[in-house]
Amino acid sequence: MNDMRIADRTVSSDTAKMTARGVQVYYGENHALKDVDIDILGGTVTAFIGPSGCGKSTFLRCLNRMNDTVSIARVLGEIKLDGEDIYDKSVDPVTLRARVGMVFQKPNPFPKSIYDNVAYGPKIHGLTKSKAELDQVVETSLKKAALWNEVKDRLHAPGTGLSGGQQQRLCIARAIATSPEVLLMDEPCSALDPIATAQVEELIDELRSQFSVVIVTHSMQQAARVSQRTAFFHLGHLVEYGETGQIFTNPQDPRTESYITGRIG
Amino acid sequence: MNTEKHIVSSFDRDLEGVQAMVMKMGGLVEAAMLDAAEALDTRDIELAARVRRGDKVIDELEERIHEECARLIALRSPTASDLRTVLTVMRIAANLERCGDYAKNLAKRVPVLNEMAIVAGATGSIRRMTRTVVLLLKDALDAYIMRDAHMAQDVRLRDQEVDQMYNAIFREFLTHMLEDTRNITACMHLHFIAKNIERVGDHATGVAEQVIYLVTGAMPDDERPKDSAIPAIGTEAG
Repeated sequence: MNDMRIADRTVSSDTAKMTARGVQVYYGENHALKDVDIDILGGTVTAFIGPSGCGKSTFLRCLNRMNDTVSIARVLGEIKLDGEDIYDKSVDPVTLRARVGMVFQKPNPFPKSIYDNVAYGPKIHGLTKSKAELDQVVETSLKKAALWNEVKDRLHAPGTGLSGGQQQRLCIARAIATSPEVLLMDEPCSALDPIATAQVEELIDELRSQFSVVIVTHSMQQAARVSQRTAFFHLGHLVEYGETGQIFTNPQDPRTESYITGRIG
Repeated sequence: MNTEKHIVSSFDRDLEGVQAMVMKMGGLVEAAMLDAAEALDTRDIELAARVRRGDKVIDELEERIHEECARLIALRSPTASDLRTVLTVMRIAANLERCGDYAKNLAKRVPVLNEMAIVAGATGSIRRMTRTVVLLLKDALDAYIMRDAHMAQDVRLRDQEVDQMYNAIFREFLTHMLEDTRNITACMHLHFIAKNIERVGDHATGVAEQVIYLVTGAMPDDERPKDSAIPAIGTEAG
């Protein structure tokens, strides 16, 4: 049956955008992530779920080397972006983070104007040659983040003056202004009300036509709503990874089952 | 299957609540079937009337089960085996509701048949077939409670016996009608009854398939062995 009214669950590609093999993370003595293998697909929203402390955010932070900023963190194993080892000495983490962007839990706009928030990345990476081109990037990014109509008349007002939901969409616009290939989102909606959450979720669904999106969320319903692939982490292990509908109707591992049905915390 | 308790214990109570209602419904349907067949066999109009009245209770239970399931989905957002429990409860309730209607239909024909001459052996055969079918339904519901996919599979296979009994009864009635045309009206009624009881067997199979879905997460994909419930008419039946 191919009912057109049923939301498109298929992924645009089955080629792996990022691959991780045997990834281990230690925070000092603490073995936080144990032997994770996963392929993040192109054009797909992948959700990471699991109880607090299960390693999902740790793993997300490995994908753009945010753990480099944690002095006691050690990352072992191999993570590749388009077949290229992102932990290779020749890779500049700042350039990597332009390709693998990130949106955090709490909206954190710079204390600058809306325009400057979005223009910041393209400016420091030298992605635009003229003011006109930069204006274009800002406009396109704000449009993609579904914020343009709300802010186009006050681009030079401070970003911090926006509502929480608008601030988060501003942060998304900022993250996509550098044209990343992968967008990492660490609980992007946990500080937002349901309407703003729905707007961000709608946005995530639109973004996947252009990037891979990886989202860490504590809301399993959100994972179910926005993702096509779900990975369940528990005690540092990647327990189960599969098609989202299958994970939520018929998970194969009893630990996944217990977690998503609300039996273990 | 998951036997652990939910962290939110009221979720467990809600799930147990709807399942208890389905079991109650199952008990009422089994009793209605047996009572209706007994009323037919013993020409007991009073008992038949009671079965007809009792169907209202079965229908109301189905409605309550639907309401409770809707609440559960809206308020609890069940997933995985919890979701499958809610989905199977709804479908089993629909299966049982239909079986209740068949019992009621049988009971409705009792006073009509009482006005006619007895067709030798017919009501006894129907009563035996009813017992077989009720046992099938009971086993399907027990398989549900015990989350026993093997038992459910066994029910699926045993539906064949019911089909065979139906075919035998069909031939029996045909013989009666050919022997004496005055039997035709009664045999037509009796045949509708037999066909409906055969349908109850199919609903028992439906329940069993829901059990398999609940336990394994997938509907059985093998074709169950079937004795066609459409008897060959003509030569050998004459």
